Amino acid sequence: MSDNRGLQSWATSRIAAWSDLGTILDALERKRDHTVAEALRAIELYRALGRDLSIVRRTLPEGRMSRALAQSYARLHAVIYRKPHNWRDRLRLLFREEIPQVVRELRPQIQFVALLFALSAGAGWWLVASYPELIGLLADEKMINGVEQGRLWTEGLFNVVPSSVLSVSILANNIAVSMFAFVVGIFFGLGTFYIIATNGLMLGALFAFTHQHGMAGELLKFVLAHGVVELSVICLAGAAGMMLGEALIRPTHATRRESFQHAAAKAGKLLLLCAMLLVVCGFIEGYLSPDPDFPMLNRAIVGFGFWFVMLAALTGRLFGRRPEKREAATQDHGKE
Amino acid sequence: MSSPQITLQTVTGVDVELTIAGPGRRSYAFVIDWHIRILLLLGWVAATQLLYTGGTFILQEEPDRTYFLVVWLPGLLAYLLYHPVLEVAMRGRTPGKRMAGVRLVTREGDIPGAGALVLRNIFRLIDSMPFIYLVGLTTVVLTEQHVRVGDLAAGTLLVVDEDSTAASFVGGAARSGLTPQAADLIQELLDRWPALEEQTRATLARTLLARIEPQIAPDDLARLSALDLRQRLAAKLSAP
Repeated sequence: MSDNRGLQSWATSRIAAWSDLGTILDALERKRDHTVAEALRAIELYRALGRDLSIVRRTLPEGRMSRALAQSYARLHAVIYRKPHNWRDRLRLLFREEIPQVVRELRPQIQFVALLFALSAGAGWWLVASYPELIGLLADEKMINGVEQGRLWTEGLFNVVPSSVLSVSILANNIAVSMFAFVVGIFFGLGTFYIIATNGLMLGALFAFTHQHGMAGELLKFVLAHGVVELSVICLAGAAGMMLGEALIRPTHATRRESFQHAAAKAGKLLLLCAMLLVVCGFIEGYLSPDPDFPMLNRAIVGFGFWFVMLAALTGRLFGRRPEKREAATQDHGKE
Repeated sequence: MSSPQITLQTVTGVDVELTIAGPGRRSYAFVIDWHIRILLLLGWVAATQLLYTGGTFILQEEPDRTYFLVVWLPGLLAYLLYHPVLEVAMRGRTPGKRMAGVRLVTREGDIPGAGALVLRNIFRLIDSMPFIYLVGLTTVVLTEQHVRVGDLAAGTLLVVDEDSTAASFVGGAARSGLTPQAADLIQELLDRWPALEEQTRATLARTLLARIEPQIAPDDLARLSALDLRQRLAAKLSAP
């Protein structure tokens, strides 16, 4: 009985701290830029709640009060230990430092995927050039009939679908393909391998098919402005997918799960930049590529110009990253 | 079989156990969210289609260039971006998760960052394969911590956050002047009230009230209806 009375009087003494707990926690969770005074008050409350929880657990280990205090304590812990919210600095760090770092780490995978894509495209070209009937497996009948009648499927795209709608549907499709090429890397890299090889095969086959009908130049004209970056981005997403596969085949951490999580978090950063580049590609493909009056030279300038912008973004220089001082590094190396 | 738990380790040495949500609760949250997404999509399309057609709802002629951008695009964006946007904005929760009493945390028990939440949603492409989230559901059932592929990639867990009124209970119990045990018992009875038989809950309520308020005469207690008993108990918890 005296224990109960003691507990009751202790609980009564804590009324001031507990009575507005819900309101205080809601306010702390909602706000992101707390003042120093608010932060100190939160830490003080955190310590006090820790003590209270410890006492209640000893006296009522399975009680609702214990569970409720534990839950409030966990909420406060999450508020206190959450990362500082400064999205400008976070984005700057991401684009200047983290993504270039990921790209450097991914260099072997990027080279491998680019080579795979080029070889698949070559294989696609060779297959359709040697066995023209195979195009039936890779392209639909309407497309084949059109080319055989001297009309490319991209012709008239400008008049049939509004550029805005075309851009949105193209960029959505490209982003979905890139993300898919990334996530299927979970099948030990085989999914990504399949996606990249299939895309390369189709591209090579379509160029061979249009070449047979004297229209490869027309197709190149359509693809040039957006395709250089678009295909590069698909290769980048593929390289990120390969990283996932490699993390599962050759874990870099204690467990495969940890290794996979680490690789996904790293590669996922690159996907953000890929998505941004694909949005621009989508607009080029929707507005410029189908325009028959847009000259070839201008297409090449847009295509390769944007590719250099992509390179600058991948190395972080587009976002103000300074080039690494190789000389300084060499000197340091010499001193050692 | 007890539910799996993770321990939130704190610097004060007072650790907190977080219970990991199982496949049932997870699916329940998803189904609620899916219905909200569908309603958002259909509601937007229906409303804008009505405006677009001037109330007839049926397109009389070929739609112009703005049709897709105004009628379909916002609805589709709301449907597709519902999870990533709301999970980031609501710090690991969505309306469905809130209703199902679950929330997302990192493996350390903290609130996940925006990057992890977006990554978790990108992997829906795998989890939803080949249909009705078969891959995701299978991994949730088979893994010890009931996680889908997206959670494995992002390092997140779905934990039980059922008692959203925990803080208010603590406050209410403190203000009521009751002992923590008494407050606990009252809250327990109120929570289980609808599930108990009428006779049982009335007996339990009268016994509790007789102990908490010994000044009430037994005859007066016996005269109180079930509704009165419930209100009286609830008032005890919220008493200043």
